[in-house]
Amino acid sequence: MKSGCHHCDEFSRASLLRRGAAEAGRGLPAIEAGMPAPAGTGLDRRSFVSGAFGLALSVYGLGRLGLFEEGIAEAASGPAKPVLVSVFLPGGADSLSVLYPALDPNYHRLRPKLALPDGAGPVFSEDTRLHWHPSLQPLATLHGEGKVSVLPAVGYTHPDQSHFTSRHFWEVGATDARLSTGWMGRYLDHAGTKGNPLQGLSLDYQLQPALASTKVPVASLAAPDEYTFWAPGVWGEVEDRMLQTLASLGSRRSDPVLNQAARATAQSDKLRRQLAPFAASSGNGFGSPVTYPDVDDSFPRQLSGLAAMLAANLPLRCVAITAPGEYDTHSDQPQALADGLDVTARTLLAFQRDLEARGLADRVLTLVWSEFGRRGEENGSDGTDHGAAGAAFLIGKRARGKMVGEFPGLANLDDDGNLRPTADFRGVYCSLLEQWLGMDAAAVIPHAKSFARPALVS
Amino acid sequence: MPPVYRGPFGKPQAERLLWRAGFGPRRGEAERLARLGLDGAVHSLTRPGRDRLKGPRPHDDRGRSLAPLDRWGHDQLWWLDRMVRTTKPLHERMTLVWHDWFATSRDGVGPARLMLNQNRLFRRQGLGSFHTLLTDVTRDPAMLLWLSGVDNTKDSPNENYARELMELFTLGADRGAYSERDVREQARALTGWRNSWDDDLGPVRFRYDKRRHDAGSKRIFGKRGHFDWHDSCRLCVHHRLHPSFFVTKLWSYFVPVPPRPGTKRALQHLYVRSGYQVRPVVEAILRHPALYTGPRMVKPPAVYIAGLLRGLGRGVDTEAWTWLMSLAGQQLFYPPNVAGWDDTRWLDTATFRARWEIAGYAIRPRVLKENARHVPHRPEKLVERARALLGEPTLTGPTEAALMRFAKRSLADANAEWKKRQYPPLIENALRQLLATAPDLQTC
Repeated sequence: MKSGCHHCDEFSRASLLRRGAAEAGRGLPAIEAGMPAPAGTGLDRRSFVSGAFGLALSVYGLGRLGLFEEGIAEAASGPAKPVLVSVFLPGGADSLSVLYPALDPNYHRLRPKLALPDGAGPVFSEDTRLHWHPSLQPLATLHGEGKVSVLPAVGYTHPDQSHFTSRHFWEVGATDARLSTGWMGRYLDHAGTKGNPLQGLSLDYQLQPALASTKVPVASLAAPDEYTFWAPGVWGEVEDRMLQTLASLGSRRSDPVLNQAARATAQSDKLRRQLAPFAASSGNGFGSPVTYPDVDDSFPRQLSGLAAMLAANLPLRCVAITAPGEYDTHSDQPQALADGLDVTARTLLAFQRDLEARGLADRVLTLVWSEFGRRGEENGSDGTDHGAAGAAFLIGKRARGKMVGEFPGLANLDDDGNLRPTADFRGVYCSLLEQWLGMDAAAVIPHAKSFARPALVS
Repeated sequence: MPPVYRGPFGKPQAERLLWRAGFGPRRGEAERLARLGLDGAVHSLTRPGRDRLKGPRPHDDRGRSLAPLDRWGHDQLWWLDRMVRTTKPLHERMTLVWHDWFATSRDGVGPARLMLNQNRLFRRQGLGSFHTLLTDVTRDPAMLLWLSGVDNTKDSPNENYARELMELFTLGADRGAYSERDVREQARALTGWRNSWDDDLGPVRFRYDKRRHDAGSKRIFGKRGHFDWHDSCRLCVHHRLHPSFFVTKLWSYFVPVPPRPGTKRALQHLYVRSGYQVRPVVEAILRHPALYTGPRMVKPPAVYIAGLLRGLGRGVDTEAWTWLMSLAGQQLFYPPNVAGWDDTRWLDTATFRARWEIAGYAIRPRVLKENARHVPHRPEKLVERARALLGEPTLTGPTEAALMRFAKRSLADANAEWKKRQYPPLIENALRQLLATAPDLQTC
């Protein structure tokens, strides 16, 4: 596995991709200039589809009807299932700023320049030695309502200080460098279905590794209303036929890599069908009943889109997304951290309020995590280096709202000067699987029985 | 010597070679290469003549010449243009390989000038001595900024470059090649670099300053000495586990399945015997049976785009390629992290859609209007014309059948006079789009 560095978190590219997405949104026009707009052009077809599923189905041939119905039927059948959202803070967020021991003399000794002042952030009610980072007021609010379980020092024994290795461990749910499936992906391999890529949704331009599965399809898309397929100079019946052809281009191939490309084609086609009605009705802000932060970042829009997708009863189970911000703060930590946490926390609060307003709060839990915390002692560049145990949060109405593990304090750091873990992320996964997703953790997490299960869900 | 491919070397093999070792064929190029036979074809790539840029000159959406140093995204367009127009495709491809191997992001560097200098270094040294390349990369200003080389001082060592030098560049993690102590000691050996700051230019005057160097004794890989940055590079290249790391990693850029033990040993031997030269190892890989008989590879987005443009005979004439490429998961000069791009994850539902958009953008200038004349009404003719437009790519049976079926059914849909007139051009437009995004063209 790969190792750590100054700027090697994935924030950089993610932010650029977000920029790109903003442009992509105004990329291709719905109808090419000068094209006549009889019934059957791209635009008309899409709004037509939005009207009612029954009408939409009449457009397509019989072969597609089955597939299309399947996704909708799946969404509508049975009781709504629980949803788990994973929010990754890329780069190793500094847990000693996220929840900081304001009055601890060791804190001021280790962090002469970076220590946050006593009164800057609200007191953490479960352990009054700690204060929330000032940007985390929204999480403190939710915590006050009993909707946040705080893990002040979560990690694993023999911590690896490489971004790639440590993140990999968290993504695959084991300290195993060779495991190539994600922990959510393996859950879906057991509990998911073959016909529903939306069950594992990466709200990103690429697949989040936690969702990597082997038996069932999963999807990635930046925003639910952008998933349309348009080609220059093609409309009407010919366009419908063209889109139908994606399914046959996606049929099984003997060459494994050709087959991988075919699979991506078939899954994209499936996702397109699932999202067609939803995408057309998204309009402004996905009809969200709450206001999300208005910032130059796609995170608020992605989460408001997610809430709307859940409200539309699309068959989502596990969702993974990367939070905005630059957490690999080797230098200039104060501003970078404050900015990232601010957008992240305000958006998470809006998302929670959105779910509550839409009557979905009982169905969704959100886990916020980072690959590690940072070194106890600050470095010479207004920053901190890679550490071990970090902070994580479980947010939701059904979160138990009680701290998991304790803050280990700064008097007894490990040999590298890092915070020691008081909770193991694999135990957290086991609890989420068993207490929330209703699955025996042994089927998903290697050596599951060796991990204590904290009570996470009420 | 490693085994050499002895099967037929026709157009499909030449096509694959041009994709793996370059950016795909221009019209007729695969046929020409096939006539040279395997050895001649490989030779023409690894030892080409002078570099000439062939084809329409690049410009932005407003018709202005590219300004790679000044305008956002133009650095990427500048490089994409080289990929499209180069007559030394392997050198350009190796530049991309080294950009991934020594993945440096402009996010941690700043000025395009420093990134383009590093890019020229990769192009210049791309097939020469790896030891020289590594030495030049170690003191390259972009790298010194990116992996904290200029922050690494005697008084306050920074392990960033030291760790990646061994883990990602020369030796590999979890192989017992080095210890945490070696990381710390390498960091000390690498101390001494600094730069100045200019309010207009940003970071400037990168230099070695002895006063910042830790001249004390170090112990690296069990050897003791007053090592400096030259020693640091030398010790890595001469490490007993470097050749195996090097040949396996280099191989992975050209062949998707790892080399067999015998091949690996032979490549290592070749590498060491040549004095750590890149070219002979690349030549052996390009002649190896695994390249021609093994599974296909997914084209990275830059290769996919450059290849579409080469096939179409189109130059870089829009800035859209920057954001389209990043939507597909690759933004030149901005690799996701120091480990480079993850080649196993190019294709998913998001990046497939990005490639769909890319294909649309690529063929858009050639779109047929619905009143276009002389568009044939025979399905096989329509498919043939779409293939011709994209540079005659070889297709697999299922893809050709799916396209034929589409063309046949769409022609059959034309049950009114106006449809009979209008549908053939629409069908051909759709065939181009489907062809350009078919699994066959996503892989090589």
